[in-house]
Amino acid sequence: MKINRQDVETVALLSRLEMTPEELEAYAVQLNAILEYADILNKLDTKGVEPTAHVLPLKNVMRPDEVKPSLPRELALANAPEAEDGYFKVPKIMEG
Amino acid sequence: MELFKHTAHALHDMLQSKQISAVELTNAVFARTDAVEPKLRSYITETREQALAQAAAVDNKIARGEQIAPLAGIPGALKDNICTKGVKTTCASRILANFVPPYDATVVDKLAAQDAVLVGKTNCDEFAMGGSTENSGFFITRNPWDTDRVPGGSSGGSAAAVTAGQAIWALGSDTGGSIRQPAAYCGNVGLKPTYGRVSRYGLVAYASSLDQIGPFAKDVTDCALVLNAIAGHDAKDSTSINAAAPDYTKALVQDVKGLKIGLPKEYFAAGIQPEVAAAIQKAVDQLVAMGAEVREVSLPHTEYALPAYYLIAPAEASSNLARYDGVGFGHRASGSDIIDMYKKSRSEGFGPEVKRRVMLGTYALSSGYYDAYYLKALQVRTLVKQDFDKAFAEVDVLIAPTAPTTAFKIGELSDPLAMYLQDICTIPVNLAGLPGISIPCGFAQGLPVGMQIIGKPLAEATIIQAAYAFEQANDYHTRFAPLGEG
Repeated sequence: MKINRQDVETVALLSRLEMTPEELEAYAVQLNAILEYADILNKLDTKGVEPTAHVLPLKNVMRPDEVKPSLPRELALANAPEAEDGYFKVPKIMEG
Repeated sequence: MELFKHTAHALHDMLQSKQISAVELTNAVFARTDAVEPKLRSYITETREQALAQAAAVDNKIARGEQIAPLAGIPGALKDNICTKGVKTTCASRILANFVPPYDATVVDKLAAQDAVLVGKTNCDEFAMGGSTENSGFFITRNPWDTDRVPGGSSGGSAAAVTAGQAIWALGSDTGGSIRQPAAYCGNVGLKPTYGRVSRYGLVAYASSLDQIGPFAKDVTDCALVLNAIAGHDAKDSTSINAAAPDYTKALVQDVKGLKIGLPKEYFAAGIQPEVAAAIQKAVDQLVAMGAEVREVSLPHTEYALPAYYLIAPAEASSNLARYDGVGFGHRASGSDIIDMYKKSRSEGFGPEVKRRVMLGTYALSSGYYDAYYLKALQVRTLVKQDFDKAFAEVDVLIAPTAPTTAFKIGELSDPLAMYLQDICTIPVNLAGLPGISIPCGFAQGLPVGMQIIGKPLAEATIIQAAYAFEQANDYHTRFAPLGEG
């Protein structure tokens, strides 16, 4: 077993997902199958092999530091589930 | 022949010579959609009013005697993960069901500069995660060749729309085969450009190091025209290649003399439907008869590409999709505190495949597993890329099946891992960032078979030329799906 129900619960929390007990069971089975399949990677000796996070040899793409028009506030807020006085509104994040 | 059956290049000539008007053409495409959409369901959103205004503007230009751009007045569709200002962009996800982008993707700007007519936003697997369009958060799309079958995915709506004449061309996005595989299943032409060739600005991110936008078209000529319209450097995408794009129509030459073709033996291994392998072999024999040379090559790490991809792509996805938190945009559920709000919003908004990949990626990136899974996968990615480098030292292009089988039945692949195996021939190309094109090369039990031609980085012209030479020697691209008979 690569990943048990308990692990899935932890990963779900880290992923900010809420799961029913049935979902936790089902995902444990499915993620296990995928991770077991991924085990074949361990057949390869990759000692000393550079990782490729990105195929292009691009580094630090810069542009001149010039002020340009930005998205108007009303457009930036247009899709907000809740907004007030020009700000995004969220549930209380602190006690008191 | 009905207008929706013509290619973009034929329609361009008809528009410029005033045989037809752009408004007439656009209405013909709408009428076609009215007729077939109940069966296929290619579109999430249609933009008819806007399209007719764009078409009328093109007609005015023609009336003034102006020379119009190749795609001017030609109706096309966009996968619904490409941002359109003022037009809903949902990624086929309930979490973005009402999202209206405040800006256009760069490809949309470029198409507007050509006066292209945009008729709608097509269905796909949610956030482009899947290979059948069954993972759409809204509804499934059906294959025009057999409506009991999937159109492929994730860009299934774009593929079905082009095959059925609901659009003359379309854009999709390809992270692990999501343009090429549906093009193969629907019997049209689909091209994934070199990573960085087309700007990703405004493409909703799934796996940023793999995603690329590309065209669906009825033939290779149209594919070159759409690629011409969208390719090139973009300062808004820091991963865009800073080199001018050539005119890809110059590659529309019917000549493969001396072209060195490599057949990667691993792509013809067990699991490939025999009729698919036979169709590819027949096509290669034909190219050889036309003057190409062929040799077998080996990409020894092929079997490792798929598991590496299914760690890398979900890892990137888990990070990219963290932005859907119910704060700035998208669905928000009410919760007892902010964490509860995040969890409820995301759980209600995301479908099962997205949740599966977000969790898989979160796990692969989490403390204690990062080296064993994510880093290991990135090292394997290097080996996969080196395989291609070695092969391309000997040959100009690689030819392989696009997918191991023809289109499968809706509901047939219910196991996630079985579904992932459909990407076995396309995923390595994304890991290496290479260009690949799928063109129809035959039929098996009435379903189209796609041939994939893979090129060196930025060698889109080479694969287009090989594809064009093959296409012109055959008539597969002129056949209509059963729904295409009108």
